[in-house]
Amino acid sequence: MAAMKTVRAIGHRVVDAVWRMGSATRFFALVLLYSASSFRRFRLVIKELFSSGVMSLIIILVAGLFVGMVLGLQGYETLKRYGSESALGSLVALSLVRELGPVLAALLFASRAGSAMTAEIGLMKATEQISAMEMMAVNPIARIVAPRFWAGVISMPLLAAMFSAVGVFGGYLVGVVQIGVDEGSFWAQMQAAVDFREDILNGVLKSFVFGTVVTVIALFEGYDAQPTAEGVSGATTRTVVNSSLAILMLDFVLTAIMFRGN
Amino acid sequence: MERTTLDLWVGMFVVGGIAALVMLAMKVGNLGTYNVSESYQVYGYFQNIGGLKAKASIKSAGVLVGRVTEISLDTNRYQAKVVMSLDKRYQFPKDTFANILTSGLLGEQYIGLMPGGDEEMLKPGSQIKQTQSAVVLEEMIGKFLYNKAAEPDKAN
Repeated sequence: MAAMKTVRAIGHRVVDAVWRMGSATRFFALVLLYSASSFRRFRLVIKELFSSGVMSLIIILVAGLFVGMVLGLQGYETLKRYGSESALGSLVALSLVRELGPVLAALLFASRAGSAMTAEIGLMKATEQISAMEMMAVNPIARIVAPRFWAGVISMPLLAAMFSAVGVFGGYLVGVVQIGVDEGSFWAQMQAAVDFREDILNGVLKSFVFGTVVTVIALFEGYDAQPTAEGVSGATTRTVVNSSLAILMLDFVLTAIMFRGN
Repeated sequence: MERTTLDLWVGMFVVGGIAALVMLAMKVGNLGTYNVSESYQVYGYFQNIGGLKAKASIKSAGVLVGRVTEISLDTNRYQAKVVMSLDKRYQFPKDTFANILTSGLLGEQYIGLMPGGDEEMLKPGSQIKQTQSAVVLEEMIGKFLYNKAAEPDKAN
């Protein structure tokens, strides 16, 4: 009977996951439907841009700098074996612009801003602020959720771009200033290898998709949380776990579409 | 509408993000160096293009003068047709020679243009008649082995 129980439990979890997927999609559609008012009252979005975008700046910039420095160091160690240290610039820039910038910025954003969004909305729900709004005929999705969604969607590409730019600077610091790779070839090889449309715009597109997914997951988990202290903490954990998994899986799919074979 | 320090921070954040994007485009990417506006297209047939890819660079005397835009197989003559777009600033004589070269031993392949002596210049849409295929390493080794075998044994 134990086997039966396990099978039943697995089936239950799968059905539950599909169920949540469906309600998350419906939630996303509702957010889009009610987001007109957040553009009419753009002040709400600006306020959320501050708390999700500006407040994430420090972690993004510091992480970007150190990731770039590590890339410079590791890339140099590997390229040295093939006598092509001058390709360090293109290695650092390509890996940052295509992959590490969008992905790491999104992961950091999910844990820095996404978890805060979930906790905030979950607590609003637990303290019945959302029901109070409904009582006053204020649509909570239009008033609370949509501005946060647009703030996340707007700030994610900007954060990713800053991550990549600071990372390139970090690679420059280690590669050129500290190790002494030729500065001219560092930048020239980088510019020869990085294409604006192919690499940079695709990176921006990626971070835009990640921003959408992370904020939708965070807002949905908050809105869907059990209105108890335990429920909110569980929802916050789920936000970080689910959005990190979603970022990494989507990254593979997007990379396969964008850069296949050329 | 009242201005607050919050607006200032958000403004700085947005400006910083856009500045980072512009810096990536200009300093890291090729938008600052490569001008797409003024170019003309010529084409050429190659027996074998080896590892040449679209967007490969076209150089003359080592200077970047254009990019490969399109590669296809012409089934009338079973040769590779390579469309090249060249910078308007650089005009080449009609009998220019196009070679597929390799940068370094294992590097990327590119097209090198060797200008001829003709007085007439290549017009947009015209064909480069003289071409030389890529050097395929396997063929070269094959030829070398064949020649070695054909040689009479020196020991005797």
